[in-house]
Amino acid sequence: MEYFVIVISAIFVSNIVLAQFLGVCPFLGVSNKISTSVGMTGAVIFVMTLATIVTYLINDLILVPFDITYLKTISYILVIAALVQMVEIILKKVSPSLYQALGVFLPLITTNCAVLGVALLVIQKDFNLMESTVYAIANGIGFGLALVIFAGLREHLDMMNVPKGMKGMPVALITAAILAMAFMGFTGMV
Amino acid sequence: MNNWSNFTKGFIKENPVFVLLLGMCPTLGTTTSAINGLGMGLATAFVLVMSNLVISLVKNLIPDKVRIPAFIVIIASFVTVVDLLLAGFLPALHEQLGLFIPLIVVNCIVLGRAEAFASKNNVFSSVIDGLGMGLGFAFALLILGATREILGSGAIFGYKFIGDNDGMLFFVLAPGAFLALGYIIAIINSLRKA
Repeated sequence: MEYFVIVISAIFVSNIVLAQFLGVCPFLGVSNKISTSVGMTGAVIFVMTLATIVTYLINDLILVPFDITYLKTISYILVIAALVQMVEIILKKVSPSLYQALGVFLPLITTNCAVLGVALLVIQKDFNLMESTVYAIANGIGFGLALVIFAGLREHLDMMNVPKGMKGMPVALITAAILAMAFMGFTGMV
Repeated sequence: MNNWSNFTKGFIKENPVFVLLLGMCPTLGTTTSAINGLGMGLATAFVLVMSNLVISLVKNLIPDKVRIPAFIVIIASFVTVVDLLLAGFLPALHEQLGLFIPLIVVNCIVLGRAEAFASKNNVFSSVIDGLGMGLGFAFALLILGATREILGSGAIFGYKFIGDNDGMLFFVLAPGAFLALGYIIAIINSLRKA
């Protein structure tokens, strides 16, 4: 039951992009086509889950016992950067087809604040390892849901007759505002 | 390029938020009021100036292959400094900005300037560039924060000016951030084309 609440609240109620403003850069950057946004979603779910597990263990086994939690930001970002490189190398060898699908998105993920954000949030929320993993997966799905819906809207937006000054990013931001408003409807569900 | 235009380009011509559309997460996440926006902007500006300074000093010592991780470590160190300073001296602001302070590390503006400017230029012009870009970022966050505070709670810098009415709460909540930024960029775009 507890896990169910974590999942629902991470995906809908406090959606990572539309309510918490984490990962807005890729949300606006790679949402031109549905197919690329699906690829990005896969890469984010994968890296976010791995990164959260690894950083959780680092925090629990190294930072807290030695009382050096002030090194959290530095160690986390290094771990995430190294992890992304490692995933890229392993995928290339083990599953070239998956690498083809996710490859171009992997380097972008190092600077995706959603990954570092979730890794820091699970410490803040005092989750245990299992809860953290579930939370990371759910947030990845939440990110993907928002991204894919937004990409679908933007594909249609391209064909619309928009006033000159509003073309491109402004009208996309206003679409995102309406989408965020729709997600606000879930407030109070859990 | 002379120093003055190097300094001012961050405000209007190459404003990181309104024109380059970088650093969107803190821009949207922390601008619920003018003072929060300004605080976040100045914290980022400090990190930007210091990391530009150090990176331009050590640029010749870092091998090309590992330059990005090295830059990230330098940036993360200054972010930790800012985090601890804010927690010590401005605990209320630190509480408000919360998660977004450690997330300065992944702000594309900071790494972007390090890679595009500080790793190629001398110390003095790197500091000027960091200062201009950082203050331009703070300026943009101040404008967005003030807009949202005026519309959302009928106040500016915490001083209420419309009596007991609450204003439009919508602009303080998440969707209002997207909407306000969208319209500000639209206004700037149409002014630039005119």
